Amino acid sequence: MAETIQHDVVIIGGGGAGLRAVIAAAEAHPDLDIAMVSKVYPMRSHTVSAEGGAAGVIKDNDSKENHIHDTISGADWLADQDAVEYFVDEAPKELTLLEHWGCPWSREPDGSVAVRPFGGMLIERTWFAADKTGFHMLHALFQTSLKYTQVTRYDEWFATRLLVENGRCQGLTAIELRTGQVRTILAKAVIMCTGGGGRIFPFTTNAAIKTGDGMGMAYLAGVPLKDMEFVQYHPTGLPGSGILITEAARGEGGILLNNKGERYLEAYNLGTPLDVDDPEHPVKRSMELGPRDRLSQAFMHEQDQGNVFDSEFGTYVQLDVRHLGEKEINRKIPFVRELAKNYGGVDPVNEPIPVRPVVHYMMGGVATDISAATELPGLWAAGETACVSLNGANRLGSNSLTELLVFGARAGEGAAEWAREHPDFDTAALEAQAEAEQRRIADNFINKQDGTERISTIRTELQTAMESGAGIYRTEQSLQATADKIAELKERFKNVGLDDHSLSFNTELTSALELEFMLEIAESLAHSALQRTESRGSHQRTDYEARDDANFLRHSLARYNAGGAPAIDYQDVVITNWPPAERVYGAEETVVKTDDV
Amino acid sequence: MADTITIEVFRYRPEDGAEPVYDTFDVPLRQEWRVLDALNHVKDEVDGSLTFRWSCRMGVCGSCGMMVNGVPKLTCSAFLRDFAPGPIRIDPLDGFPVERDLVTVLDDFMGKLSAVTPWMVHKDERSVEQGEYRQSPAELAQFKQYSMCINCTLCYAACPVYTHEDDFLGPAVLALAQRYNLDSRDDGNEQRYPLIWSDSGIWDCTFVGECSVVCPKHVDPSAAIQQAKVQSAQSFFASFLPFGKR
Repeated sequence: MAETIQHDVVIIGGGGAGLRAVIAAAEAHPDLDIAMVSKVYPMRSHTVSAEGGAAGVIKDNDSKENHIHDTISGADWLADQDAVEYFVDEAPKELTLLEHWGCPWSREPDGSVAVRPFGGMLIERTWFAADKTGFHMLHALFQTSLKYTQVTRYDEWFATRLLVENGRCQGLTAIELRTGQVRTILAKAVIMCTGGGGRIFPFTTNAAIKTGDGMGMAYLAGVPLKDMEFVQYHPTGLPGSGILITEAARGEGGILLNNKGERYLEAYNLGTPLDVDDPEHPVKRSMELGPRDRLSQAFMHEQDQGNVFDSEFGTYVQLDVRHLGEKEINRKIPFVRELAKNYGGVDPVNEPIPVRPVVHYMMGGVATDISAATELPGLWAAGETACVSLNGANRLGSNSLTELLVFGARAGEGAAEWAREHPDFDTAALEAQAEAEQRRIADNFINKQDGTERISTIRTELQTAMESGAGIYRTEQSLQATADKIAELKERFKNVGLDDHSLSFNTELTSALELEFMLEIAESLAHSALQRTESRGSHQRTDYEARDDANFLRHSLARYNAGGAPAIDYQDVVITNWPPAERVYGAEETVVKTDDV
Repeated sequence: MADTITIEVFRYRPEDGAEPVYDTFDVPLRQEWRVLDALNHVKDEVDGSLTFRWSCRMGVCGSCGMMVNGVPKLTCSAFLRDFAPGPIRIDPLDGFPVERDLVTVLDDFMGKLSAVTPWMVHKDERSVEQGEYRQSPAELAQFKQYSMCINCTLCYAACPVYTHEDDFLGPAVLALAQRYNLDSRDDGNEQRYPLIWSDSGIWDCTFVGECSVVCPKHVDPSAAIQQAKVQSAQSFFASFLPFGKR
């Protein structure tokens, strides 16, 4: 094996959370030697596709109390309230820092940062850069990170395994794609920022790279995955491709119509529609600005009743923004127009956009505490990879971009501190582990000549099983069938064969390794969902329709179990000031706090 | 419309030591398929060793640029139907060394991008507590267009100068420098000028304008370069004024 590489802090993943962690670690302790390992160049990371915006309280008509309550009720009370309070406190500071770093936030005439409303929000608080917010945030973070000369980047290195010795995470192995060599990277602290795994589903907004690698690596290293059963379906994806049409389209006044021309959300306890010309439209926390889980569920009911349109790419409803007019569409949601024209075949200035629910975000992930630390000493996680838990059973739109800043920074600071205090490596043992990993990759993939299963076949069967058994509505029977199918696919994966046995830039090898992670996280998801016999937020069981706080006001924790189904354990939700209550949208509600009771 | 279309794909495997070849595949000609879908079809169903970069498939990550019938394109936005009846020839982007098949080496581009101080420089740093730098919509509009670059490098593949002059910073990187120089919040112009006014900077550009033609995000790097040239000339003459720069 090549020479072992050593750094103080290594961040895996070059998206928003990873870059924010890099900057935080570099700022916290400038003497530290920091590295970033990413399977793609950082500016290719999926943060780039985020459109609508990032939530943070700055306007006088808003309050932190509002943001906290919107987040907790949006989460169907499964969010840890201490984490939510910390997040809401930090949010404006982080977004302001991004402003200082050059993010081109859209502005009010007086030069202050502008905000727009998003779903499930009582007051508009979403900072935005037109409708390419994630793109601008990612590029601002990446370009800012270039300032720090103490940072080494390993672009297009594919992390395969965490190295754990003596109860501490002390590094990783990664394939340098250009040469195909498996490299050993020792690190006093590791931060996992590899995003979610939406690609385990067939129809998703997620980019090709979102295969849950970091969740898989942490899980296989013994760290539990928290709340994996909660998968967010965004209500407005383009049929066929799954490309996202941002919620900002509705924040700016867009409406949803079924095949009878009705604003059907009215029938699902989401409020009363106002005319699009009414100055009060759109009403916040109401109708089209309800939360994503409820809107996606409403679509399913409309489908059952035959109230949706049909196409060769599946059923859909219409998102109509025509009343905004061409000028406002170009000013506020130009990317929506570009995407609808290029990939949906319609110009939203003249026609409604066909949309349907699409897998968008995983609320669950690597279990961390409020400091973004995992239970494995030396390992942190932040962003969609992690579950803090801020998002509970349903994430509020525009909280995830802020989350990756807040907890990316926290992880960077924590990991930097830890690295200073834990200077030693168990080098010999770590190198032995790395050699074993190199052999595994050679034996199971590169040198194996007799595999008969094709990667794309197993991947497609996995995706089909996830959609059919673990989609928006689930039952014990459907979930069991999915879990059984995944177990079968894991067996068949052992017989996978590659066409490509070369070393340089072998993307068939990385697809195989990605699929291995996908199978693991899919299994944790199916079993967590099977055992949660209640309905909450995005997890809807038609055989257990009610929320069950007595038994399930708890986070699930799935632990890897070699050769069997994961073991599912539970952890209580942290409640500080907001006792569980009914979620109310489209109507006045009384917010109850513990100290009022 | 025919049922299939032929794609001819550039193949290069560095480990073989062999010359590049073109492999030919017949792929379904579906109305909604892009060139990228055809490549994925081949990789999944026919030849898993075909190598190319892609990710977002919605024209914003910048990974999947290739030469399509000799023109730099994002393959996620280039529809097969527009090239019917074919064949479609797919090459790696011009102007870059090839790593393997359709994957180019980006080291030179990444190095140049990092070199132009592509971050905010503040003379008087505001604290977070002081809040945001004020910027009017008009000030934002000054640089907004140049901030839309996705680093796809199509403009480098189109640039006749970049192909021949190793040192040339190139369109996207110069547009990025201009993006910061025009930002009302930034005070870093003086740091950026020496490099962008150097022999490898804006004066290398012969104003062919192909970069702006192929840019999928309408960044118009050639306008950025032209603007920078005007600024540079004004500054040059200003340096002869008795009281120095204005």
